[in-house]
Amino acid sequence: MTYSPHTEADRARMLEAVGVASIEDLFADIPVAVRAGSWGVPPPLAEQEVRAELARLAGRNRIPDVTFLGAGVYRHLIPAVVGEVIGRSEFATAYTPYQPEVSQGTLQSIYEFQSLICELTGMEVATASHYDGATATAEAALMACRLTRRSRVAVSAGVNPDYRRVLQTYCSGPGIEVDTIPVDLADGGDGTTDPAAIERVGEVACVIAAQPNFYGQLEPMQSLADAAHAAGAQFVAVVEPTSLALLEAPGEYGADIVASEGQPLGIPVNFGGPFVGLMAARMASVRQMPGRLVGATRDVQGRKGYVLTLQAREQHIRREKAASNICTNQALMALAATAYLTAVGPAGLREVAELSMTQARHLTAALESAGLAKRRFGGTYLNEVALRVPNAASRHAALAERGIVAGHLLERDQPELRDTLLLVATELTTDDDIERLVSALDETR
Amino acid sequence: MSVAEAPSADASGRGSAFSGAAGGAELTVVEPLIFERSRAERRGVRFPRASDVARQAAVGQPELPASVLRAHAPRLPEVSELEMLRHFNRLAHLNQAIDLNFYPLGSCTMKYNPKVNEWAARLPGLADSHPLDPEELSQGSLELMWLLAELLKDVSGFTAISLQPAAGAHGELTGMLMTRAYHRANGEAEQRTKVLVPDSSHGTNPATATMVGYQTVTIRSNQRGGIDLEALRAALGPDVAALMITNPSTLGIFEDQIDQVIGAVKEAGAIAYMDGANLNAILGRFRPGEVGFDIMHFNLHKTFSTPHGGGGPGAGPIGVSPRLEPFLPRPMPVLVVGDPDEVRANAWAGRSTPGVRFALDDDRPQSIGKVRSLYGNFGMFVRAYTYIRSNGDAGLRTISEDAVLAANYLRVKLNDVYDLPYDRISKHEVVFSGRRQKREHGVTTLDIAKAILDHGIHPPTIYFPLIVEEALMVEPTETESLETLDHFIGVMREIAEQAATDPDAIKRAPSTTPVGRLDEAAAARRPDLRHVFPDETAPPSAPPAAPTPDAPTT
Repeated sequence: MTYSPHTEADRARMLEAVGVASIEDLFADIPVAVRAGSWGVPPPLAEQEVRAELARLAGRNRIPDVTFLGAGVYRHLIPAVVGEVIGRSEFATAYTPYQPEVSQGTLQSIYEFQSLICELTGMEVATASHYDGATATAEAALMACRLTRRSRVAVSAGVNPDYRRVLQTYCSGPGIEVDTIPVDLADGGDGTTDPAAIERVGEVACVIAAQPNFYGQLEPMQSLADAAHAAGAQFVAVVEPTSLALLEAPGEYGADIVASEGQPLGIPVNFGGPFVGLMAARMASVRQMPGRLVGATRDVQGRKGYVLTLQAREQHIRREKAASNICTNQALMALAATAYLTAVGPAGLREVAELSMTQARHLTAALESAGLAKRRFGGTYLNEVALRVPNAASRHAALAERGIVAGHLLERDQPELRDTLLLVATELTTDDDIERLVSALDETR
Repeated sequence: MSVAEAPSADASGRGSAFSGAAGGAELTVVEPLIFERSRAERRGVRFPRASDVARQAAVGQPELPASVLRAHAPRLPEVSELEMLRHFNRLAHLNQAIDLNFYPLGSCTMKYNPKVNEWAARLPGLADSHPLDPEELSQGSLELMWLLAELLKDVSGFTAISLQPAAGAHGELTGMLMTRAYHRANGEAEQRTKVLVPDSSHGTNPATATMVGYQTVTIRSNQRGGIDLEALRAALGPDVAALMITNPSTLGIFEDQIDQVIGAVKEAGAIAYMDGANLNAILGRFRPGEVGFDIMHFNLHKTFSTPHGGGGPGAGPIGVSPRLEPFLPRPMPVLVVGDPDEVRANAWAGRSTPGVRFALDDDRPQSIGKVRSLYGNFGMFVRAYTYIRSNGDAGLRTISEDAVLAANYLRVKLNDVYDLPYDRISKHEVVFSGRRQKREHGVTTLDIAKAILDHGIHPPTIYFPLIVEEALMVEPTETESLETLDHFIGVMREIAEQAATDPDAIKRAPSTTPVGRLDEAAAARRPDLRHVFPDETAPPSAPPAAPTPDAPTT
């Protein structure tokens, strides 16, 4: 199948106009010595055939009947109207709004996105988005280095391990050192970052901590921010966006930069992407922010309109002196987040956060009272919880075979967290799901 | 100036939004901000309440301490679902898009994005697949990634692929980090501090090199628009880490001395990096991995038609030569049980291979690490795989042939009215110069672009590449019909004529768009980057622009 509109007569007319005898003449500039050999690309498929192939692959996945898996990627209800909005061709098949007169839809939606993210985080400026939460976190660290002219960063071990890996990679480029601030992961420990440990890391550009942290625990963000500031460092808060319906906004506890994974806001889990990275900061730092920004202005007749702005930070203007090499954002995913936050509103977002929290407590209580699990850490959690479960690895596997995913097996990446499962509840978690987990775990006792 | 409460769009949407503005009699905001439609306690989507069972069970679990709670709810808009939908539909009407009209934005490959790709990406079996599910539950996702990597190997001639980078620039970053890792493994990381880029390169190339701590050296182009071989040879030495070159170039020209370029780079012990942004012109004709390139990034959102989404999400996988393979990001999808040839043959025939098993290989000790969380923009992989399978071998070749034919057709049909600084066979695009119009009539390329808007067509890329004065970079792609191309030619000729007869009319353009030319200087001078609520005091302003301090380096 091809999407070419041309008939042979069209092609002949065009070749004649160009003044060549055959299409081969238009490739004569490729030196013979470097022309392509044969390849193994299979023959074309008709639509019904390609659909069958994709259905085959989709069918080779097994979507669990019941799942408590999150670990940074969360299943939430995606209102049908959100899918309707981002499915519109005018948004999906436009490009970066270089011509603002015919891109006001994209530009205004990004301005609204920036406004919503500022409002959620309590910050003064938000970018048009980044690839994902991990790269937003890494870019936040590089930004802090530019702001402080320091070349070491400190990250809490409570930040998603995947983000820390990406941070490490990004920092290896310009040779920035990454220190890890430990979290008390011992059985019965508090599972949070010790503010006193920040004093010991010395002169760093920033301290990065997550709320809630990867293990679902609530961190003492105010104390961590204060300790970071005492060390002359920027405080970077990595937050989960739906939690901000309930939790103190990072701007309130003194975060200088906020980085976040926006996937929970109306984006499917998609086997890991596309997602959307959120970044917000103080206006005083705006010229060191990476990525696109949209601003309001007026047209020649005084009408309000929107444009890409402060582009003097960007690669297409400053080339090797740019704040980042970012060329695009994740506009369509940012639109999904904008549509989601608008569709659910403040009351809806609060319902999502509260129901998720209640179901996480229901889940924990049900497992504890059945004698199947107990919390690994003290302190408070939000809607994700680390539970000690004897023989976790084999029971996790046994349940998966039955279509039940009992959360994230932490020892997969962190051997020190043996027999610990990280389980999440969201508004989609039903009482029945919890009952099925309890009885399935019970049967593997 | 008054801001009208009511939107000017009506049920018919698009026409009203555009013509309402064109009338110009009444100055209105085409669509207010969603915050302005908000009314306290109005509801959109609702969620169920927790059951009594759940609430009772939760008693005794830790409550949230008051110290972590926020004092005020975020002021998200409070609107009904219908109001929300109309708002975004009206915004949609203000956009130009491929699905509405011709969009020949150079270097961006704005081709048709087939709808079956969207169908595939939304299949619940794929979209609802959690990236951390046990591998036994994710065999379809892993197989798809493995198969796509196989196809990208075929297309590019490279021996290994990482799908992880989320965009072209992200692929560049990955490639440069690997370049450093490679030189470090050879004990040459300290001495090789420079990356060479041609003066026609994308801005991302030098910006990426800087992010990795390299110093950029610009190599001039020769009079024919290719890289100047003598200048390249003079710059190459034991201090050079890599050459980053776009081929075909941003001038739409194939580097016809590419074999000598690669040879010189290799001889100097440097890495040959190809920016694959313009792969659409050379499918089945040139495979960089086969002729000595070490690294190339693909842009799945260009060549393989995943939608640009108003600026992302994209996907920027990279292909590499064997000597770079150990440094690829981790993890990599791998086939652990099954014969690769058999698995491929079966998949090409639409069959699953019995007993086959895929896994994610994280045991890669020389890897540069991860450049993105998880595995990359999987949704884009689904679309690109669907697209490559739909087109197949013959279709991919046809894509490049028709894309090149269309660019050359525009070249010969417009080179009498617009200057053509490099008059050679075009590949995917053709770069004109508006310098004649500027010199003779005072009409700039920006004016020409704005005049194009009044014809309902998205303008070409302008003022890029930097080495062409008043550049107009036109990439028609293979999916535009001859009638569309002829219409565009007519529009461009009409504008060229009008530049001579009525230049002021062009300088006033556009007049049919929802808003006219916008004051970008004012936007940058007094940044207004978010909605300010009525009860809010004036928001903090940005500090004055100051010289940008460079990123810290070792």
